[in-house]
Amino acid sequence: MAPIMQGSQQWVEKYRPKQVKDVAHQEEVVRVLTNTLDTGSCPHMLFYGPPGTGKTTTALAIAHQLFGPEHYKSRVLELNASDDRGINVVRTKIKNFAAVAVGARRKNEVYPCPSFKIIVLDEADSMTEDAQACLLCFSFLTFLVSKCSVFKPRAIAVQNALRRTMETYSKVTRFFFICNYVSRIIEPLASRCAKFRFKPLSEEIMNSRILYICKEEGLCLDAQALSTLSSISHGDLRRAITYLQSAARLFGSSISPENLVSVSGVVPEKVVEAVLQACRSGNFDIANKEVNNFIAEGYPASQMLIQLLEAIVEENDISDEQKARISKKLGEADKCLVDGADEYLQLLDVVSNTMQAFSNMPEGFAYES
Amino acid sequence: MLWVDKHRPKVLDHVMVHTEIAHNLKKLVKEEDCPHLLFYGPSGSGKKTLIMALLRQMFGPSAEKVKVENRTWKVDAGSRSLDLELTTLSSANHIEISPSDAGFQDRYVVQEVIKEMAKNRPIDTKGKKVFKVLVLNDVDKLSREAQHSLRRTMEKYSAYCRLILCCNSSSRVTEAIRSRCLNVRINAPTEEQIVEVLELIGKKEGLQLPPGFAARIAEKSNRNLRRAILSFETCRVQQYPFTSKQEISPMDWEEYISEIASDIMKEQSPKRLFQVRGKLYDLLINCIPPEIILKRLLRELLRKLDAELKHEVCHWAAYYEHRMRLGQKSIFHIEAFVAKFMSIYKSFLIATFG
Repeated sequence: MAPIMQGSQQWVEKYRPKQVKDVAHQEEVVRVLTNTLDTGSCPHMLFYGPPGTGKTTTALAIAHQLFGPEHYKSRVLELNASDDRGINVVRTKIKNFAAVAVGARRKNEVYPCPSFKIIVLDEADSMTEDAQACLLCFSFLTFLVSKCSVFKPRAIAVQNALRRTMETYSKVTRFFFICNYVSRIIEPLASRCAKFRFKPLSEEIMNSRILYICKEEGLCLDAQALSTLSSISHGDLRRAITYLQSAARLFGSSISPENLVSVSGVVPEKVVEAVLQACRSGNFDIANKEVNNFIAEGYPASQMLIQLLEAIVEENDISDEQKARISKKLGEADKCLVDGADEYLQLLDVVSNTMQAFSNMPEGFAYES
Repeated sequence: MLWVDKHRPKVLDHVMVHTEIAHNLKKLVKEEDCPHLLFYGPSGSGKKTLIMALLRQMFGPSAEKVKVENRTWKVDAGSRSLDLELTTLSSANHIEISPSDAGFQDRYVVQEVIKEMAKNRPIDTKGKKVFKVLVLNDVDKLSREAQHSLRRTMEKYSAYCRLILCCNSSSRVTEAIRSRCLNVRINAPTEEQIVEVLELIGKKEGLQLPPGFAARIAEKSNRNLRRAILSFETCRVQQYPFTSKQEISPMDWEEYISEIASDIMKEQSPKRLFQVRGKLYDLLINCIPPEIILKRLLRELLRKLDAELKHEVCHWAAYYEHRMRLGQKSIFHIEAFVAKFMSIYKSFLIATFG
């Protein structure tokens, strides 16, 4: 008997706020966008901030509220990082979308439905610079062409033709760029948008949202589990909801802090403490054994590095200099792991270095020639 | 048939080591709300066993009727078309592939297979919608691009197929994929658990085990269950009835590496380095993965070294292993490590004994 498909929806989608005013903790953006809803005019927007703070939610909500379900498909183009987004896609897809003219607003329309289209570019910072530059041409070409004033006489006709089409594009399209790091967006793009920073969510707001979901789904979550959830998700509401759903699927409706830790892939406090203790002991063999154990338990080493860093920063017994020395090594090891280096060797190196820092052994190696 | 396969638990109820995980998986299947799954853990911990048992739980005995196929896909990659060949293992309800075998073209494989599965969507006798399962091995070896394209595909086709991903280290799987899956960590079995399993196998095979024999095998196995069972079987072939003093022979490549280790401890000279090179080549030719060689070598050296040298040596091992990943010819880097070790050890000897 094969299993039957169920409409098992991701909670992240299910509980996404549908209206701009429901977006929590981002008053500034909400104010500007409500204004947009009233007037029907809107600049290009650039949303940036850490993951899980509501950037995509806000962009999608405003698009839905502006156009309603009927026009949404024809007026809004959503592109995110997993779609292929080389320069070609930007050229063809966006151009084709932008080229179709928008109809006039119908009389009996319920939604504001202003006469422009929206292109939402999620995770814009992972686009190549070329693609960003190309995008720039499309959205703002009026400006660019007027700047390039020195044309050969023959080319002028072509340029003008181009310019006219481009002008029509830029009149009818609005871009919403969404990214984590505003510094990765090329300057000319960024300077043409209204920029909004999304703040990380505070613990109270996250908790109230989580509790609401728990109530809707009939889950039982005690205060301790709630605080664990907010500490392992680091202000990222999406991650918190994903963990919650995974735990609910795997362990049923009453969820303990341990359940949450086990689905999140976070290394338990106890294990981190054991490794640190081994570092303090100053005995290499003990540390080696601890690292071997750690790898056999199957915990991810990259996660361990993050948690070691947290533990080291909060450590009271060691000097700032020692902390800096350890952190430097953690950074190097992380880079190596990203390159695909072996987890055991990197972790052993980190632990050995931490041990040296703890016992204030001189930096560098004695016998290196 | 090897004991490893013969005594592999076929259903979730028979799983001995990860009983709690098996129980939870069973619950998932029963509630018919199965998300994408990501299994991670060290090798020989039982990831594959759990996955196969899970498939059986989902689809019944038909999941075990697998056929091995060598398939070619025609893929349109922009301007040119590619022919990709890959070995698949499939039953009526699932397909298993190791997409990383396709090298840098892995992303096309992933997309093609999933799309194809979505196209020929199976319908059962009652006309209900049914999903297929795609098992992907070694997802940690997938390229970044493939992982990125996987993430979109996972969402788009989640109504038609479920993915079960399997890997050794979840550090190398991008956050985006991890957050879309239910992560299941499979830890290596403890030595006690290995002993338990070995004793059960011994009973099934009708063997007499001297006391402490299973424990010794478990100790040597490095918490790798597959290895423990393999060496158990080797012992059986070598000598039966077992004696309590029976030698549990290590793998020959391990012995070879410890020989290399004592070679370089004894003499540090270009001539010795040259001899070691030959031995390293022997190992590589016999398909021992270079990082395993380096790790084993480090382990052997650490056993023999003075405490004050250990930090230094383990640092350089990590350093050269990282370089080996970035580079292409692993022999250079292993040899560089050996040379580095020789130079460190020599200057240590000079500083200590003059």
